[in-house]
Amino acid sequence: MAVIAKDGYVDTVRDKVENFHGNQLVHVSWDDHLLFSAAQAFPLPPEMPFQALVGEVMSSVFSYHEDYEKIDWEAVEWMLDGESFTPEMDKSLKDNGVCHKSLIRFKTPGLMGINGTRL
Amino acid sequence: MPAKKLNLRKRYELLTRGMGWETTHHDMDDVFPYDSFEGIKITDWDKWEDPFRLTMDAYWKFQAEKEKKLYAVIDSFAQNNGQTNLSDASYLSAIKLFITGVTPLEYGAHRGFAHLGRHFRGDGARIACQMQAIDELRHAQTQIHTISHYNKHFNGLHDPFHQFDRVWYLSVPKSFVEDAMTAGPFEFITSISFAFEYVLTNLLFVPFMSGAAYNGDMATVTFGFSAQSDESRHMTLGLEIIKFMLEQHEDNLPIVQRWMDKHFWRAYRLLALVSAMQDYMLTNSPMSWKEAWDVYFVENGGALFEDLSRYGLKMPKYHELATAEADHLSHQVWSVFCLLGNATGFHTFLPTEEKMEWLSEKYPDTFDKYYRPRFEYWAKQKEEGTFEYLAALPQLCQICQVPMIFTEVETDPMQLSFRVSEYKGDKFNTCSDGCKDIFDHEPEKYTQAWLPVHQIFQGNCGGATIPEVLEWYKFAPEDGGDYIGSQDHARWEEWKGAGKKVKQA
Repeated sequence: MAVIAKDGYVDTVRDKVENFHGNQLVHVSWDDHLLFSAAQAFPLPPEMPFQALVGEVMSSVFSYHEDYEKIDWEAVEWMLDGESFTPEMDKSLKDNGVCHKSLIRFKTPGLMGINGTRL
Repeated sequence: MPAKKLNLRKRYELLTRGMGWETTHHDMDDVFPYDSFEGIKITDWDKWEDPFRLTMDAYWKFQAEKEKKLYAVIDSFAQNNGQTNLSDASYLSAIKLFITGVTPLEYGAHRGFAHLGRHFRGDGARIACQMQAIDELRHAQTQIHTISHYNKHFNGLHDPFHQFDRVWYLSVPKSFVEDAMTAGPFEFITSISFAFEYVLTNLLFVPFMSGAAYNGDMATVTFGFSAQSDESRHMTLGLEIIKFMLEQHEDNLPIVQRWMDKHFWRAYRLLALVSAMQDYMLTNSPMSWKEAWDVYFVENGGALFEDLSRYGLKMPKYHELATAEADHLSHQVWSVFCLLGNATGFHTFLPTEEKMEWLSEKYPDTFDKYYRPRFEYWAKQKEEGTFEYLAALPQLCQICQVPMIFTEVETDPMQLSFRVSEYKGDKFNTCSDGCKDIFDHEPEKYTQAWLPVHQIFQGNCGGATIPEVLEWYKFAPEDGGDYIGSQDHARWEEWKGAGKKVKQA
């Protein structure tokens, strides 16, 4: 469908990836850990290795949670944009298929948040 | 010689319909260029029934009386230091959210109705919109004048209009009203007069005004009363415009239904802020968000749509989800405010044990199970000094612009609700089917959304650090953060004596 407008409609996309100064927006959400309330947004270079996303970016926020240090990274189940996937840690976000405004979800089996409350 | 005094009906006709004419020098379509492109077919504007038969001269007189009373009360409130009669100074967080989030909405509504007051072809509808335009301006002004008294004593009330255009959570009301203002006139009036004012306004004003009364805020109660007779006129206009469109042509029904679906959902998402205000920010809450939803939407709204079913209009899409969310909404919203309390223009505070008992009682199926644990955990952290505000910015919904905190309440209330659309090769994230449908119907409009988080990352909000962004918002360091230990709190203690029981911890 299309917008109904009186005259020619200016069709601009305000959040084009070009507007992010070389970064793309990546959303990351930790399943069963709702203490963070929402997925978190990060502006990241597409060339960033997936390992850096995990080791630097994600840990900068999620390490605050007491479950974080218990994570067995081998067992983590990943989802990218609604599909399960296995990231290649040494490859870039882009080569792992992570694009602008993608959503990465990760599940940590056995860890169900503070006192098992999924927080 | 004409009679000296006209009867009311005649007088009304002369002062409304009698003021208009069929243009001959210019084509009527050129004089009224905006009232046909949306596809609404009006065959006879004279069929417009004026709900109140109010003329401008009577309107001025009536409003002037109300102004006199209101300003007398404001004066006496100031002279008697009315602010000291509040239940607690933490209550003012609700007022801060109101002046920054709702008052500019009134002004936006004023602008929209001023446009309609010029551009509707029907004289009766035009006059009704002119009056509403003035009402909305008056509401914005009286709110500013009333609340300015608190600005003398408390933080966070100093620049609502600057903040409305910039602050992350104020983009929620801003995008709502601007969505309506940038639509055609019939969609605007369906959004503001019907979806917001008729269907949902009681959810804002009744709990807010009775909340003010419950918390000793007689200033707010007074402007509420002063606006109330206007509100009932606005609601009647909302209902009239819907009936008028539906009676004029059968082709109008699907258009009106779609607008209804869209603006119900948008207005409802905006009210998520109100739900938190009602359940958490008010020291004493007269009724819970869920109770208000059940009375004002489920019961009253249900009866309204039953009445409108003879025109073929159905209950707005996803209303069942909104009802299911009533058990969760305020808790989810207040949680994210507490997590981002270093970036708000009002103080946040965790619910006291007394408040949590009240929440357990009002939300027996959800509060203890899903929400109490996080507040208790944060309280423990605060006690131990380990609590930290969120170190990142949350994902935002492309439509409602609320951080994507909503969960799959019907299947798994601890699972975040994620929706996404693709448009021209880009992804657009939404929080719900309601918001996704709105995006998918008019993607060209919503790809232009000014999403605060994205704007910060694009470098358009004063800088890359939280203090820089807050400065750009014109938030002073003392405006946000915990209520306990704030300047507002200290001032309150000074007035009330340090021995006074602290209501919020």
